[in-house]
Amino acid sequence: MLVGEIKQTDEELKEAAGAGNLKALTRPTILGMLAAREAAADAGLLENMEGTGFISANTVGGMGHTEQYCLDYLDVEKEGDFMEYIGTHNCGDSTERIADYLNIKEYVTTINTACSSSANAIMLGARLIKNGIVQRVIAGGTDSLTRFTLNGFNSLMILSKEQCKPFDENRMGLNLGEGAGFVVLESEEAAKQRGAKVYSELRGFANTCDAYHQTASSPEGYGASNAMNKALKSAGLTADDIDYVNLHGTATKMNDLSEGNAIETVFGDQVPDVSSTKGFTGHTLGAAGGIEAVFSNLSISENILFPNLNFTEQMEELNFSPLSDVKEGAEVNNVLSNSFGFGGNNSALLFSKV
Amino acid sequence: MDVYIKGLGNISPQNTADNSQFLEEIVEYNQNNLQVIHPIYKDHISPIRLRRMSRMIKMGIAAASICLDDAGLTDPGAIITGTGFGCTGDTEKFLLAMIANAEQHLTPTAFMQSTHNTISGQIAIMLNCNNYNSTYVNRGTSFEAAFQDAMMLIEEGEANDALIGGFDECTDNHYIITSRLGYWKERDIKNTDLYTAGSKGSISGEGASFFAISKDSGNNSYAKIKAVSHFYKPDGFKDVEKRILSFLEANGHSPGSVDLVVNGLNGDEEGDRVYHQLMSGMLKNCTHTRYKHLCGEYDVSSAFALWLASKILKTQTVPKSVRVENAPEGQIKTVLVYNHFNFSYQGLFLLESC
Amino acid sequence: MEELINKLKAEIIEVLNLEDISPEDIEAESPLFGEGGLGLDSIDALELIVLLEKNYEIKIENPQDGKQIFFSIQSMADFITQQKVA
Repeated sequence: MLVGEIKQTDEELKEAAGAGNLKALTRPTILGMLAAREAAADAGLLENMEGTGFISANTVGGMGHTEQYCLDYLDVEKEGDFMEYIGTHNCGDSTERIADYLNIKEYVTTINTACSSSANAIMLGARLIKNGIVQRVIAGGTDSLTRFTLNGFNSLMILSKEQCKPFDENRMGLNLGEGAGFVVLESEEAAKQRGAKVYSELRGFANTCDAYHQTASSPEGYGASNAMNKALKSAGLTADDIDYVNLHGTATKMNDLSEGNAIETVFGDQVPDVSSTKGFTGHTLGAAGGIEAVFSNLSISENILFPNLNFTEQMEELNFSPLSDVKEGAEVNNVLSNSFGFGGNNSALLFSKV
Repeated sequence: MDVYIKGLGNISPQNTADNSQFLEEIVEYNQNNLQVIHPIYKDHISPIRLRRMSRMIKMGIAAASICLDDAGLTDPGAIITGTGFGCTGDTEKFLLAMIANAEQHLTPTAFMQSTHNTISGQIAIMLNCNNYNSTYVNRGTSFEAAFQDAMMLIEEGEANDALIGGFDECTDNHYIITSRLGYWKERDIKNTDLYTAGSKGSISGEGASFFAISKDSGNNSYAKIKAVSHFYKPDGFKDVEKRILSFLEANGHSPGSVDLVVNGLNGDEEGDRVYHQLMSGMLKNCTHTRYKHLCGEYDVSSAFALWLASKILKTQTVPKSVRVENAPEGQIKTVLVYNHFNFSYQGLFLLESC
Repeated sequence: MEELINKLKAEIIEVLNLEDISPEDIEAESPLFGEGGLGLDSIDALELIVLLEKNYEIKIENPQDGKQIFFSIQSMADFITQQKVA
């Protein structure tokens, strides 16, 4: 089975996080610690977390250990080292551990809207700042590979045996991945006050619901185009202002058709550069929106667009192809990042150069 | 901005699904695992939808339907849920089948329904509602975070009304695991003896409680919600007291102006200490009530507490079964809901009569 | 064939939780999916793929093939019979 696996073991990752002595850390917790710490350090916040909230996202919590030990948990006569993990199944567990690790107390919460989770975490972060509830937040998500999700997506018959080919006529499904991606958001005022380095402005966003089917997206991509249009509207921009779209692009038959139609609804025959970066990472589920927000910000700050791997043939139903080569020196002012999930959750974030 | 509660739907271990009743008769339990009283689901959900739904989904969709009918709401501006463990039964079903069948012959239904946002997504499909949709999964403050999100959306002008729900189920396996975590009393007690049993642990519960809120008071509101807040790992009792005080003051109140408090007392000697300190200290002049002998302890039990507060304000009656001491004298204008889950997760709601 | 058809009806009712439907209510020739039939959807199709795998040891690799095979009880029975012969 092809997956986007992080090669280090839990122990190695724990070492890297300087958390070798901590007990009951699940893999999403450790991945989240590393990514959230990196984000905080990059923003110059590690020394002082006052006024900083933490919003994380994940889809299956500590399932990696649950699937390993659940029969032991249920055997009440049995004792052993596995008992360390018995309280880690909950989706809030990794959030709590990461917040404690970073010494964040101000505001802590967790979102799970399946594969759009961490885009919604970032959106919530912006709104909490706007509403004056926190000054700044670290927001994103973390998920690790589990047999549960692998078998689940396999039962839906949407896992590809080959490397995923987003937006390709011959795409065969998705590859799962694992990872964590976080961004630091703060109000313009607070950022200026402390002379913080700024990657971009989160200028617009939207969360809409397809309300079509529990797992499938509507073929015409109503929810997806609605999310992109609303994000544009909230940013006060129009479709022509967008230089690049980081697609959800899972490489399933349904998602790419639905999202592709939505792109044509929003952009007509003036489709900007688009690519799905899932060929690099696999689909990291609850972490995808966070990881892709990081890619989107790097595109803006480094003027570079990342290609859509494994693309060879344009989809029959569409009039556009994704970017198949890396594009350097591009002027990237406005980027849309799409994240869609089970339950018809469609979210779009719009980042702009400042 | 103040919002108004326009509708309720509460499926719990008491007879709460019928909005015309208000705890006239209490259901007594002799085991430490309180389970909901199921309504006749066919009265609320169409047979074609019902056939695939698990127990948790039925509870959630029916509670949402009862609530929407009560409010006369058909297209809420947002659908937001909070849950500790999501659709636990579906998660277990897929997980245990995966282990028993050595990862072979797995069907997707339980997997796709296991994700925590299934209920919010299913409500959207049922209503064909394309608006904002999200799910919070942060242990004991999942429901508070959901409610706060809805209030922010109304404040931002993004929505005029919203449907908010808290749900969790306790399956047999979940009860075994949470028992091993030391959550529950070791000896079975009668639920009505919860506060006098004087030992460690609480009794387990479950439920699905939904609320329709609107920015307009209209004619038939249950209550006005002034504010909601949640905080993580306070620095001891003094910090809790300080935060409650500043929460009240930020909303034009003081301990003296609160008529009634809904306390999250759960019978655990240690955890209950903070409530007792408040009841005999800062909040000593308020009428005190408690509710966990009725619904048990679970991650989003504060949704049951909010239901209770709303009913008290609307009916101006305090059922005997929830009183700590005597009935209040005079009108009940202001109610504070205070609950904590294992002290780490703390939530507050402030309500006024309409 | 008659026996296989009746067996399939019972199995479908069980795996798809069609509680209110009895085997006699299902016409062997009438469509299983969409309006005018049982109203099944794409998730049901995946359940039926597993049913064939588990109970008849027939593996369907491409879910797109399901459309034809699961058109009706009759088409399922024909497919199973044909696979067994092959």
